[in-house]
Amino acid sequence: MSILIDKNTKLVVQGITGREGGFHTQKMIEYGTNVVAGVTPGKGGEKVLGVPVFDSVDSAVKEKGADTAVIFVPAAFAPDAIIEAALTGIKLIVCITEGIPVIDMAKVMSIINKMGVKLIGPNCPGIISPGKAKIGIMPGYIHKQGNIGVISRSGTLTYEIVYNLTKDNLGQSTCIGIGGDPVTGMYFIDCLKEFKDDKETEAVVIIGEIGGSSEEEAAVYIKREFNKPVVAFIAGQTAPPGKRMGHAGAIISGGKGTALEKIKVLQDCGIKVAKTPSEIPGLIRSALTH
Amino acid sequence: MKLQEFQSKKIFKEHNIPVPDGIAAGNVKTAICNLKKFKKYPLVIKAQVLAGGRGKAGGIKIAKNKKEAEKYIKSILGMNLITHQTSAQGIKVRKILIEECADLLKEYYFGMLIDRSKKDICIIVSSAGGMEIEEIAKEKPEEIIKINIDPNIGLRAFHIFDLIKSLKLTKETQQGFANIIKRLYNLFIAIDASLVEINPFGLLKDNTWLAIDAKILLDDNSLFRHPNLEKLRDVYEEDELERLARIKKVNYVRLDGNIGCMVNGAGLAMCTMDLIKHYGASPANFLDIGGGAKAEQVTEALKIIVKDPKVKGILINIFGGIVRCDEVAKGFVEALKTLKLDLPVVIRLTGTNQDIGINILKEQKIAVFSEMDDALKEIVKKVKL
Repeated sequence: MSILIDKNTKLVVQGITGREGGFHTQKMIEYGTNVVAGVTPGKGGEKVLGVPVFDSVDSAVKEKGADTAVIFVPAAFAPDAIIEAALTGIKLIVCITEGIPVIDMAKVMSIINKMGVKLIGPNCPGIISPGKAKIGIMPGYIHKQGNIGVISRSGTLTYEIVYNLTKDNLGQSTCIGIGGDPVTGMYFIDCLKEFKDDKETEAVVIIGEIGGSSEEEAAVYIKREFNKPVVAFIAGQTAPPGKRMGHAGAIISGGKGTALEKIKVLQDCGIKVAKTPSEIPGLIRSALTH
Repeated sequence: MKLQEFQSKKIFKEHNIPVPDGIAAGNVKTAICNLKKFKKYPLVIKAQVLAGGRGKAGGIKIAKNKKEAEKYIKSILGMNLITHQTSAQGIKVRKILIEECADLLKEYYFGMLIDRSKKDICIIVSSAGGMEIEEIAKEKPEEIIKINIDPNIGLRAFHIFDLIKSLKLTKETQQGFANIIKRLYNLFIAIDASLVEINPFGLLKDNTWLAIDAKILLDDNSLFRHPNLEKLRDVYEEDELERLARIKKVNYVRLDGNIGCMVNGAGLAMCTMDLIKHYGASPANFLDIGGGAKAEQVTEALKIIVKDPKVKGILINIFGGIVRCDEVAKGFVEALKTLKLDLPVVIRLTGTNQDIGINILKEQKIAVFSEMDDALKEIVKKVKL
């Protein structure tokens, strides 16, 4: 199995004629993702990399049966792009775009939650089920098909950790970058719920960072009802309060959201927390054998 | 982006939210001259810095007469205010706000913010105003009242009624309260705030309400649609290197250690800082060169890092994804042409085009590692020599 995406996923790329959209469409196709359509308003009828372009997501769904969308459009237009995809009946949307106003995302979430649509991102690397499909901007070759689920708020730090897993011959079922903004679609808990029923996933790595409380909420969920071993890593122990560490969501405010606090809650819930990314494979192996 | 109190109050006034009469000034002469415009004493003299805890640190004083007011103006303007939210050096006070003292009956707390967990807008009120919200949460959690608002639905009468009921407000104060809450919500939406806080939110003896303090945080992602608010940025309070980095579009935060680091990606950058600490040294900065960084950004980033005199060694940690290792290598070699770099440098390159990148650096006789831990141990060792 794997979660959310696989060989049968039919992808539509919103913003396919843009620089980023085009570049990554090529990479996704090379990886084996089934890209069935692209969308750029006003450019319907064109072809990019052999992929037919439509004026609207709706036509892409009707004519090509797209069931998943990935968004590469600029921040000012991305919220509308998400809503547009959600209204066509698409159930999984991956938004790569960085810099979307937080209030716009809050409005989007209140709409798509009611429709039962799942959103990954924004400001994220996307999702990959190694050997099956890749939707996003992560380098495909560092991954290896296997049984470890990965959920992360970061981009390159995820690559680092996946690289360590692969080097240690621990392949991945699905890796999800949930994004570094204050408000994003799926949080750790939502992804864990997907991994819970996935037969292929034997253990999960969660990669958190300072800011917010989604790691703490995940920890409580894991203790209460998650059925597989989890290893965590939290970035930002040396980050000072009040300073935004790159990601809009990575900020310690009012003494809340510190790395130490998160690590403590995770450990209190019985989750092993790695001190360095290179420790993670060892912790996973020992969790799997116990 | 944080706004100063006097800026926040100006925005409050524009939205018809009552604030004390006051005048801000940037030098002693103007501030003393402004005293004439006030009809009565006492007056409050408030340091304008972007940090909490000003009162306890001596940045807010009440002057009973003109002589005292002049004394406090002179002592506060130009002082280095050190609070629990500033660095050890504190922040230099460049502006003060002089205000009339209000006739307070009771102090409340008001806060409105984006609730990350519920993904909507949250209003927090408390009748235990004056204290910091974290303290109220700890000491009087039963006095914290929260309501959540779906931004697509907006603030409605029943929300406000909920707050009024929970706060047990008297009949005479309710209408005024409701009006101000509505205006605050409209303001929050109009400026794309991520936080609006009033503490204390004063109930006066005549049953009217007054924002004694005002704090606004703006969502940086929304500034593109508020060029007028972007202009309010206090560049003087910004660290000089952080300002330079912002202009060059490099994500940089200055820290206290001595290993300068350059990383691609915010998460990996934080992780690199943590590992520097883990291996026994301390990072001089956070620096993320960003997603599609090219050679020029690497050069600019390096220039910023070496401008910090504390830096005794540099670590470059790149996990190439979209960022290509050869671009980073080229940028580094380019930077060496213009910068006289006599500090130890350790480079870690892994990922897209790593072999090309490593070859470029080898020609320059620069040591490159492919594992993060090895690079970290090496730079820590070199800096400690």
